[in-house]
Amino acid sequence: MRTVVVAGHGMVGHRLVEALIGRDLQRQWRIVVLAEEVRPAYDRVALSSYVDSWDADALTLPAVLDDRVELRLGDPCVRIDRRKRTVRTASGRRVVYDALVLATGSAPFVPPVPGHDLPGCYVYRTPEDLDAIRVAAQRAMQTTAAGRRSGVVVGGGLLGLEAAHALRQLGLSPHVVEIAPRLMPMQVDEGGGALLRRFVEGLGVRVYCGRATQAIEPDRGRMLVRLSDGTELDTDVVVFSAGVRPRDQLARDAGLSVGERGGVLVDAGCHTSDADIWAIGECAAVEGRCYGLVAPGYAMAEVVADRLLGGHATFPGADTSTKLKLLGIDVASFGDAHATAEGALEVIHNDPVAGRYAKLVVSDDARTLLGGVLVGDAEAYGTLRALVGAVLPADPGALISPSGGELDAGALPAGAQVCSCHAVTVETIGTAVRDGATTVPALKACTKAGTGCGSCVPMLKKLLAAQGVEQSKALCEHFTHSRAELFEVVAATRIRTFSELVAKHGTGRGCDICKPAVASILASLSGVLSPGSHILDGEQATLQDTNDHFLANLQRNGTYSVVPRVPGGEITPQKLIVLGEVARDFGLYTKITGGQRIDLFGARVEQLPAIWRRLVDAGFESGHAYGKALRTVKSCVGTDWCRYGVQDSVGMAIALELRYRGLRAPHKLKSAVSGCARECAEARSKDFGVIATENGWNLYVCGNGGFRPRHADLLVSDVDTETLVRTIDRFLMFYVRTADRLQRTAPWLEELEGGLDHLRDVIVHDSLGICAELDVAMAAHVAGYADEWRGVLEDPAKLARFTSFVNAPGVPDPTIEFVEERGQPTPAHRRPGQPVLIAGPTLTVVP
Amino acid sequence: MTAQLQRHWRVVCRYDDLVPERGVAALIDGVAVAVFRTHDGAVHALSNMDPFSGASVLSRGIVGDREGRPTVASPIYKQAFELATGVCLDDPGVVVATYPVRVVNGVVEVWSS
Repeated sequence: MRTVVVAGHGMVGHRLVEALIGRDLQRQWRIVVLAEEVRPAYDRVALSSYVDSWDADALTLPAVLDDRVELRLGDPCVRIDRRKRTVRTASGRRVVYDALVLATGSAPFVPPVPGHDLPGCYVYRTPEDLDAIRVAAQRAMQTTAAGRRSGVVVGGGLLGLEAAHALRQLGLSPHVVEIAPRLMPMQVDEGGGALLRRFVEGLGVRVYCGRATQAIEPDRGRMLVRLSDGTELDTDVVVFSAGVRPRDQLARDAGLSVGERGGVLVDAGCHTSDADIWAIGECAAVEGRCYGLVAPGYAMAEVVADRLLGGHATFPGADTSTKLKLLGIDVASFGDAHATAEGALEVIHNDPVAGRYAKLVVSDDARTLLGGVLVGDAEAYGTLRALVGAVLPADPGALISPSGGELDAGALPAGAQVCSCHAVTVETIGTAVRDGATTVPALKACTKAGTGCGSCVPMLKKLLAAQGVEQSKALCEHFTHSRAELFEVVAATRIRTFSELVAKHGTGRGCDICKPAVASILASLSGVLSPGSHILDGEQATLQDTNDHFLANLQRNGTYSVVPRVPGGEITPQKLIVLGEVARDFGLYTKITGGQRIDLFGARVEQLPAIWRRLVDAGFESGHAYGKALRTVKSCVGTDWCRYGVQDSVGMAIALELRYRGLRAPHKLKSAVSGCARECAEARSKDFGVIATENGWNLYVCGNGGFRPRHADLLVSDVDTETLVRTIDRFLMFYVRTADRLQRTAPWLEELEGGLDHLRDVIVHDSLGICAELDVAMAAHVAGYADEWRGVLEDPAKLARFTSFVNAPGVPDPTIEFVEERGQPTPAHRRPGQPVLIAGPTLTVVP
Repeated sequence: MTAQLQRHWRVVCRYDDLVPERGVAALIDGVAVAVFRTHDGAVHALSNMDPFSGASVLSRGIVGDREGRPTVASPIYKQAFELATGVCLDDPGVVVATYPVRVVNGVVEVWSS
């Protein structure tokens, strides 16, 4: 086995490790990664989101777990000995390499103005930088009068605006100084820059374009920043985000060639001037040019992985197109955004009132699209970027006018790139569709398209449609509606029975797909439409899956399991004893669930009422383990007991579980509350998870464990209890209203157009104007809650259904048999040949 | 009706005890039979044994239709069985037993052979 040493564990170095391990099927290489930072590779592109949670682990990229990879954190490569093919690390360790890959990235450029190294001056590159800025901001809060606390950002590019946003979130008034005449000079043109500036200033950011920073001086515990036009800015913090410079010192010291403007010089195969050494990412100058974006770095990593395995891949050149949302403002630029091609024409649509600027750069005959800039509304980005280099399907002016026709995805050329993060073309998508990937999730899985920034997901949908794949949303053969549409039909028409609904809006008599879905919709709306109703009332009972019909979970041998609610996982000794006694008396198998409660297995249908009579009398109620409904809100012990807890997580979990118990949803809902950032309740693996902070609560949504685990995303941070509960109310009701049948919150969010930002817009900023409705619906649910099992025990007609045989009500099902396993009864049929224990005499207790 | 026939019709329950589009289980000579009343008032009887899981549960499935043919879906793994024939519509090689069934003076009876 040969050894490749990777110097640097940023996003690109990490990508190389992933790519090489993934492809090196013959196990030719072992990999030694020498990382400077003490944390493993993290998503630096998302660094600004660190300000929302202050949880650096949330940025961590998925680790490559493989015995061929050795990751040494905090021990960077400091010297290369090319003759001996050895590197030395900061700790003095020597590693012999067969191949060396430099992935040392870049360093922030700090202009050498006087005072640039004063305390209070920072760069914006790592979580540690942000931690330091946070501390400085907190100090300013204590020492500077309110209204005067401010921060100056030197550099008005993408990163500078992100830094300004961070300062604003930290309570400082941000000032941005940019030497160019407009903000984001690399990405946008003058017109786009002007609109961007108006947006940014509208958010309280002061902008100084066309001015240089001349000096920074200490000033009575604060600082004074002098600009080239004489402006003086009082400030508490200065953040430099004036671009980056490749970190090529290791290569220079080793005598490798470097580019004219810095960077390790490499050819299109990412080879340096030494055949055993490669360079990738921001430290590399590919044929003399450095790239400050992650996508070209990823492409270089793929090239080197291929070449290490004997391939001949070359760097395909980089698409520097970008689409981003800055301070809530859409900005996109693609192709030849600055019209540098000879004879290029610019077609501009500028509407400062609507806050929309769009420019297309086209060839001199106005037929071929070369590039463009979009500010304020970048929805057309996906299609337009894919069209770069192609003959335009319509008049360029029409393409960017607000009333412009939808672009036909079918008109895209085969080579057009749909997903620039993973370099996926129209052709690749077409092949995947023909091979059977006919949904967006399937395309994501087999082509990786849409799994990076996600901006091409709408485009994937259009391509599917263009290929003639009908994305049928019909629930089943009885309804052409999706679940969300049926929900709206029921809410609007106030139809309360399945028979009426299927007669008026469907065909046939329904099935095991639409009936439970409609039952769930009727139950979700019962608080509003039919207060006081029970899910087993009248015809509704016939719609229910067996679990809901018998309010218990059907198991493989035809028996049921029983799960009483244990809110927040807190239970008294007396109640624990009752559970034990019930299990013993009815011969039930007991197991602790993952949701901090106790599951009692092996109950026959006719035993359920007697079991529940005992449980209800002891103060238990239904735990809805059988329903597509709220299951549990798990908790850690929180401030009552834990030395580290910062909030009462148990109290919050109980309050949430009691608030949302019984809420019927498209799928089950799980939740948890952790009392501090250590996250012992595993809240981020839940549909909605709450983590305590010193200032309140952080709410995470749309996580799950299961078949495809997904960490929940931060929706709001540091909110008070009232805001937290209101936000969860709306989140749940919006999900209940709009999700597909059996679609959990994670895939729901992935399919939600606009994703997390849209979700936040809807339920925090009320962008659809539906929050009042959602609030009313949740209030009705909370007010209308009643224990379903108590409802059965009080109604002889419902109780009568719990019989084994209609003509022999007391006779147990003779096919149900148990054997003893580890001291408990378990179903017999799985272990043929062993003695069979027929349920004992204490089992036939029928009220 | 001959004496022999009468001996083989077994009483299940009153017709009015059957909920439309829901099943009940009956014990007929030691064997569990699932009896369903469909929307149009017809009554069907099938073996209660779900052949895919081996559990005696078909009476607890959801009743509906497929292309107009009345069905019950197994509550375990959800395969649909045609009520009139017992044929599994998701796997036509699998068939569950059906039983003759009638309603006499408001009482449902199943033929046991």
